[in-house]
Amino acid sequence: MDFATFLIQLLNAVQYGLLLFLIAGGLTLIFGIMGIINLAHGSFYMVGAYLAWSLSMHFGSLWLAIPAGIVLSVILGLLLEWLLIRRLYRLGHLQQVLLTYGLILIVEELRSIVWGDEVHGVPMPELLSASIPLTDTLSYPVYRLWISAVCVVFSLLLYFLIQRTRLGMMIRAGATNREMVQSLGIDIDLLYRFVFALGVALAALAGMIAAPVSSVFPGMGNQVLIVCFVVVVIGGIGSVKGALVGALLIGLVDTFGKVVELKIGDFRLLPELAGMSVYLLMAVVLLWRPAGLFGKRS
Amino acid sequence: MSRSRSLAMATVIVVIALALLPLVAEKFTVQFATRILIMAIFAMSLNLLVGHAGLVSLGHAAFFGIAGYCLALSSPQYQSANFWASLPLAMMAAGALALVIGVLVLRTGGIYFIMATLAFAQMLHFLLHDTGIAGGSDGMYIYVRPDAGLFGWRPFDLEKFGDFYFVVLALFLIVFGFIGVLRASLFGRVIAGIRVNEQRMRSLGFATFRYKLACFVLAGMLAGLAGYLAAAQFGVVNPDMLGWHLSGAVLMMVILGGMGTLAGPVIGAAAMLLLELGLQSLPMAGDVNLGKHWQLPMGIAIVLVALHLPKGIARLLRRGRADD
Repeated sequence: MDFATFLIQLLNAVQYGLLLFLIAGGLTLIFGIMGIINLAHGSFYMVGAYLAWSLSMHFGSLWLAIPAGIVLSVILGLLLEWLLIRRLYRLGHLQQVLLTYGLILIVEELRSIVWGDEVHGVPMPELLSASIPLTDTLSYPVYRLWISAVCVVFSLLLYFLIQRTRLGMMIRAGATNREMVQSLGIDIDLLYRFVFALGVALAALAGMIAAPVSSVFPGMGNQVLIVCFVVVVIGGIGSVKGALVGALLIGLVDTFGKVVELKIGDFRLLPELAGMSVYLLMAVVLLWRPAGLFGKRS
Repeated sequence: MSRSRSLAMATVIVVIALALLPLVAEKFTVQFATRILIMAIFAMSLNLLVGHAGLVSLGHAAFFGIAGYCLALSSPQYQSANFWASLPLAMMAAGALALVIGVLVLRTGGIYFIMATLAFAQMLHFLLHDTGIAGGSDGMYIYVRPDAGLFGWRPFDLEKFGDFYFVVLALFLIVFGFIGVLRASLFGRVIAGIRVNEQRMRSLGFATFRYKLACFVLAGMLAGLAGYLAAAQFGVVNPDMLGWHLSGAVLMMVILGGMGTLAGPVIGAAAMLLLELGLQSLPMAGDVNLGKHWQLPMGIAIVLVALHLPKGIARLLRRGRADD
């Protein structure tokens, strides 16, 4: 592998990792603050991608589709929280798993009814469809750089919101002691509703910006969900920093697993076993640190 | 006293009804009942972990699938494997795999345990899916069902759907009885104690890791039994047999039916499969073919159960009684 190819794969790895963080960050936030295991989180990624497709067809541009999609996904998040999720706080984790599994089925079928089962491509905005030449034969698509940039911007906004604002302070306090925060006169239910909607919007945003690259297809949410759980577990459940490290690690392992060749004798380990590599990484991390890289031991 | 007597009566009636089924029902019904019994064995094996030991596994299909592959690999093409040899072999293989995975995953706890079990099952899934081992993503066909010949004596013919049903029913009853006995045994009570408070059990002098590992291996072997029977019934194995979708579905059966109860997983398996069958034959609602989108009402049903029956269907049947 020459340097230009390596650079391209590295950029791909970082882009994939950052995208995963946008989704997994919300997942771990919802667990860390609200104590909810949300199996349906990947479904919001899928809904985002389908919204990007529908809205960009409607507006004729992804630039208008994305803000409209964010507004719609926030409304969806608020609605779901009000309808179902707020009833989950008093239930055990297994009931949460059961209910959100049911939710996956519902969202998947509604998607099938509304949008059909075909695979759709989402056109890239013209402004971002160029490529940057690296060598005579290799170039890197601007759109992928843009995905990375959007993820970085929103991750920083998230960090700022949680760590530096009054709202973030209340959220962090609410994660530690719900009753205490409530007795200080803060509407904790409203706070949770906000956190859930934020998680949904981030996952949907990830789906929207990824849609032109990954295309839009049934079941895409579940595929992403499992990888995001791997990310969250590697990083340590509830840790946003852990989710970032985990996501970048998974991005590297997954991307390079698919392009590096590795043989033992006649048997090609990579890329034949690239699909396993992510889970192998998780198993190794868990054996080394049973609560993830940045997790608190329970 | 009258309550346990009526419960015993109900059990006897259900068993008699199950035994008489092939005499009165059509082939499709018998085969569907066979499928329910196989999934019930699978769900009962997972309930040993989830309900009794408090270990929530999302990779239980690994043992189900590996046993199915064992049958496929031990069946020469167009010939049958011997039932009496291949069944223990498949269960031993599943048990051996559970031993290896169990030693590793039991170091973790809680959600990490869920994810670690998922990780190992997914690794096996991808190993079978992405390499050419055992047919790759296409899987393998089992052209002829296992032969039950034993030194010239052939008590039943698995190619006949009635015989196959009775064998599955017998194995189901054995597993049901075995788990019932196990629950009441010292082993079962230690496992239940570990679920409630592992520290306390350890301080009482029980080697809790070994108990959990033994439970994990036993559950793996029983899942293997179910996987072997499923492979024999459908005549095909593929990597999806080890996938997380199946692990998730069987976990749903256990939670839906009622964790930790003897009948819960059986009720959960039957409820889920019957609901699936019923919903698939739903009519059109306006422009929407509900039968094709049967997972929509299924999802709604699951959500409602999670909200209103947090302890599962089995506990609904014995409402008013203190939790055990």
